[in-house]
Amino acid sequence: MGLSGLDIFKKLPKTNCKECGFPTCLAFAMKLAAGQAELEKCPYVSEEVKAELAEASAPPIRGVTVGVGDEAFKVGEELVLYRHEKTFFNPTVLGVLVSDDMDDAQVDQLLGQVKDCVHERVGVTLKVRAVAVKAASGDAAKFKALVEKVKGVSRPIILMAEDVELMKAGVEAAGDTRPLLYAATEANIDAMAALAQEKGLPLAVKAEDLDKLAELAQKLVDMGMKEVVLDPAPRKPGQTFKDLVAIRRAALNQKFAPFGFPTITFPCEETGDELYETALAGLYICKYGGIVILSHAEPWRMYPLLVLVLNIYTDPQRPMAVDSKFYEIGNPDENSPVLVTTNFSLTYFIVSGEIEGSKIPAWLGVVDCDGQSVLTAWAAGKFVPEVIAKFINTSGIAEKVKHRKLIIPGYVAQISGELEEELPDWEIIVGTREAADLPAFLRQFSTT
Amino acid sequence: MAFNLPTETAKGRIREVEIGAGEKARKVGGENCMPFYLWEGEMPNKPLVACEVLDEVGELPSALEKVLGDVKDDPVAWAKKAVEEWGADAIFLCLASTDPKGSNRPAEEAAETVMKVEEAVNVPLIVYGTEDLDKDAEIARVVATKAEGKNLVIGPAKEENHKKVGAPAIGYKHVVSAMTPIDVNLAKQLNILLTNLGMEPDKLIIDPTTGALGYGLEYTYSVMERLKIAALMQDDSMTQMPLLANIGLQAWKTKEAKSSIEDYPEWGDPEKRGIMWETLTAVALLMAGANILVLRHPESIRLVKQLITDLSA
Repeated sequence: MGLSGLDIFKKLPKTNCKECGFPTCLAFAMKLAAGQAELEKCPYVSEEVKAELAEASAPPIRGVTVGVGDEAFKVGEELVLYRHEKTFFNPTVLGVLVSDDMDDAQVDQLLGQVKDCVHERVGVTLKVRAVAVKAASGDAAKFKALVEKVKGVSRPIILMAEDVELMKAGVEAAGDTRPLLYAATEANIDAMAALAQEKGLPLAVKAEDLDKLAELAQKLVDMGMKEVVLDPAPRKPGQTFKDLVAIRRAALNQKFAPFGFPTITFPCEETGDELYETALAGLYICKYGGIVILSHAEPWRMYPLLVLVLNIYTDPQRPMAVDSKFYEIGNPDENSPVLVTTNFSLTYFIVSGEIEGSKIPAWLGVVDCDGQSVLTAWAAGKFVPEVIAKFINTSGIAEKVKHRKLIIPGYVAQISGELEEELPDWEIIVGTREAADLPAFLRQFSTT
Repeated sequence: MAFNLPTETAKGRIREVEIGAGEKARKVGGENCMPFYLWEGEMPNKPLVACEVLDEVGELPSALEKVLGDVKDDPVAWAKKAVEEWGADAIFLCLASTDPKGSNRPAEEAAETVMKVEEAVNVPLIVYGTEDLDKDAEIARVVATKAEGKNLVIGPAKEENHKKVGAPAIGYKHVVSAMTPIDVNLAKQLNILLTNLGMEPDKLIIDPTTGALGYGLEYTYSVMERLKIAALMQDDSMTQMPLLANIGLQAWKTKEAKSSIEDYPEWGDPEKRGIMWETLTAVALLMAGANILVLRHPESIRLVKQLITDLSA
């Protein structure tokens, strides 16, 4: 179990030298206890104390980084079982599997799907972030050639081979792209772990049941490996779900070191039904899947899955906000209606969705209110006449439309008078309270 | 190396609510563990997958038009198909025709449809209005009276009209679905108001309001999870009602689910995309603790039922 900050403090030099970046040894100790600092930062602590504190100061679930540069991803470092308790930190990574026994056309199709799958939503770029490359043919040259090809899409690579010689070939082809090695099994663990340690690469460990997985992972922990990914591999959805919950709980509630790592799952190997495979990926996004590997990356499945990752991993304490500006809904022109609302992403999505559904092109102005909804922002003094007027005056909307009619949400009808004083050129129109009533409102508005 | 599975024992249990009458009766709730954590508790009643049937439909997204085209104007045929062909565990009948902002059909007329659908299927029936406070109260009165003894679920009861929806349900012995805007305390508060009115706690369902994938799903997800945790771990009796997720309506309202491939080529096949938008909303809410999942597309029904089977195995 974890030590308290004071327990750790007793073992530190207590010189307050600040070399760790914290003002005092006590502050450093507190950060260590919270898992927010690395003991390595203290140059004076003895090796003995280091070993003693290492386990206590390690985060309950270690972070694992795969890939290099901007495309690299990190999974793990989760601290809670339920997102409302704090937040889920490192979003589930969705990947696709290509295999060296596929024909070129199939590989090209899959890699093409990966490249094309890039979506923007609330200012976040959503994409397929990993490609798993499987040595299925047993031919090292073929495996190397496929790895070379996959490097072309510049996504972090997961090398899949259980034969160490094949894995070495894959590692060579992957060069300095920092792939995840998949996987150590009971049969190959010594050689595979030696390879991962020699190359300094993260290693996945796979076993059919949790007893075996714990045993193998413990072996890696004992060897000092810090970047491990767990694959509970019964390949039966109900059992996978149970294992994922057990792993997360053991790591967080019991500080069970062998399970203090992120997970990888393969819905692509649990069913041949593409729709059900996608549903299972959704299950593992909600319940503790770190990396989730699918058979294909068509947009009809990846876009909803990526939005699910975004939703589940949103910080519950921080509302999602969209950029403050005028959005063109449909193809608005100089006569199109002008509306304003707040930059709470949900407000924006619902309002823009209803306007779009009305088929009446419009200008939707989104005022920066720290991501709050209309009523909350108004009550907090963030969606008030001065702020709205400033937004309108600096937005350049006056040059884009000929008319001077501004529609405000019905919930803030009370500010219309004051807003008219702030914006003397504009006529303020009170719109609907509910977004759902906007289409009817806009249809009537545009005929008057 | 033997791994000891960490288990948690719940203090509380979700109430078991019977819906439907006679041979049609089914129970929902009754679990004493988080959803499908069957190694530390039990879920005597698997979540119900209800198919939404509307008594009036506007323009449907093509994915729905394709499967509903032949029944969309006949709620009885629609409900029968949902039960007999798609395997729906319950029918959720939305009386869309009563909406004062739309056709504004009288409650009496809608109640006729309710009775016909009730007779036609051998599964429980959930009857919803259109969230118009006054009209829904009127529907509740008429439907509750007409369907006496059928033990329907009637909703949504909101704080503003809970007396008018709740009283006839109490009088004619129906279950009420109590709807609040994505908030744990408001959900509890409405349950307290309804029980104060004389409603038995095991005649209540919580509808915490559903946000679809990309449209507030995370809020519904966490509110459901928090309600479930309060019910099980804190034994909080006013959160121990089964949870209803009205998914079909919300999921198919999104442009991501209903837009054509011409409008959004980058989003791919509109049929599979729509099905996944609905199904993934359902999968998430199943994990958050929904006891009744209301869906529209038969493929979504199939997928969610299969997942429930696999998670129960």
